[in-house]
Amino acid sequence: MNRLSKLSYMTLIYLFFYVPIVILIVYSFNNSTYSMLWHGFTWQWYQQLIADTDLQSIAIHSLIVGILAATAATIMGTLTAVTLFRYQFYGKKLLHTLIFILIVSPDIVMGISLLILYSTMKISLGFCTLLFAHITFCIPFVAVTVYSRMTGLDKNIFEAARDLGAKDFTIFLRIIIPLLWPAIIAGWLLSFTLSLDDVIISYFVTGPDFQILPLQIFSMVRLGITPEINALCSVMFSITLLIVIVSQMMLRKKQ
Amino acid sequence: MRQINIFKKISVITIWLWLGFFALVPNVLVMITSMLQQGDNELVRLQLTLINYFELFDTIYVRIFVHSIWLAGLCTFLCLIVGYPFAYILARTHHRYKGLLLLLVIIPFWTSSLIRSYAIVTILKAKGIINSLFIWLGIIHQPLQLLYSGSAVVVGLVYSLLPFMILPLYANIEKLDMRLIDAARDLGATKLTVFRKVILPLTMPGIIAGIMLVFLPAMSMFYIPDLLGGAKTLLVGNLIENQFLAARNWPMGSTVSIILTLLMGLMLLVYWRSSTKINKEQQELI
Repeated sequence: MNRLSKLSYMTLIYLFFYVPIVILIVYSFNNSTYSMLWHGFTWQWYQQLIADTDLQSIAIHSLIVGILAATAATIMGTLTAVTLFRYQFYGKKLLHTLIFILIVSPDIVMGISLLILYSTMKISLGFCTLLFAHITFCIPFVAVTVYSRMTGLDKNIFEAARDLGAKDFTIFLRIIIPLLWPAIIAGWLLSFTLSLDDVIISYFVTGPDFQILPLQIFSMVRLGITPEINALCSVMFSITLLIVIVSQMMLRKKQ
Repeated sequence: MRQINIFKKISVITIWLWLGFFALVPNVLVMITSMLQQGDNELVRLQLTLINYFELFDTIYVRIFVHSIWLAGLCTFLCLIVGYPFAYILARTHHRYKGLLLLLVIIPFWTSSLIRSYAIVTILKAKGIINSLFIWLGIIHQPLQLLYSGSAVVVGLVYSLLPFMILPLYANIEKLDMRLIDAARDLGATKLTVFRKVILPLTMPGIIAGIMLVFLPAMSMFYIPDLLGGAKTLLVGNLIENQFLAARNWPMGSTVSIILTLLMGLMLLVYWRSSTKINKEQQELI
């Protein structure tokens, strides 16, 4: 392939990725309920979103779950990465495999398996069940992100610290965390987006009293397409966009 | 001198307790549930049976499986033939824009596929941009029915899952040792032979990883047929959702989910075999 055809091929794919999103965002400012023709610029749909008190509480639910799940998953995912990297222990290979399987396994399988777990334990669905599910599916992503950063570390640092009398917890707190913090923050941010955007798992493990944004969007879309949904989706997309860019900048930071 | 390492102990125990309870136990429960039957008054009747697995051979289930494999397979195939050249060009760009170009693929990888599918809905709907454009251009006079068809579902799936094909392929092609390609060319191989005998076998793990990351979600993302396909198009994911939330037949839903898990296991096995094979061969070469 010559340069020109390569360039046009790449451009075509990028257009495929971004044109639908751009159209979605542009039409969230269109001053018409049904038509796709341009009827002038308006903030109306965004004002309606802000005024919607139900939606406000749903957004707060999503934020709370996202922040808590990302924080818990980051702590446990980082511990997992460090443990897998530094120690030999019984079941290490199994843990490696399990992390890998959790990443590739279809969401729906995890969704129904957790639903069966909660139902067997007679836990009613709501905030806690949703939070535990989100923590669980975020852990592997943090573990992988932090682990790949750890492979770039010089193992002699740990030996040196140990020779100087540092205990493992001190090494973790004073050496590993400071060296890995860009990856840890990236892991937190990616977990937060995963939690904010998850549809399939949440669909099975949340109760009617605890609604979250993606499920709200899903049920709104099923009822019909409105400019408010365009506005809401545009807001969600912009948040994710920002988080992903920051997390990628973190991951590219030089050690 | 061997002191008891408390930090290590606490970490290992915490991780195993959490993943054991929220990942291993639930899957064992699914396996058990798949061998129970729907109860009359309660959710399940506690009596082991394999009847659900035999029921899978019922025409309704077979039809959904075949249809779903066909749709997911088509989507995977499209992602592969579109994504492979893209990943190859991206990995071979010696550009200062490479970071930005990669970021532009990573963004759709992480953004909600629900929102992205919704974007497709707004484009394909009767009063959507495509119909409006065609009517304005005078190509058609009545809006076309683009939404609520099998092809709309395939478009939605490809749109959502293409980044999941590109990124593993990119990671694999990026690691490719260019000297091997040069060596093959020096020894007189044509471009096609180099691709067939060198590049393709070496990027096989990436291809399989990509197939796995596209095919399995394509079978199970039930909201895409819900939004784009109307009620006509059913995926295995819709079947599971239906059995759990509408029909309340959890044992049957679990059985279908076990089949999906087995399919994943099979693909993982192929993936591991191909990547260890290539590692071994490369070590022998060096």
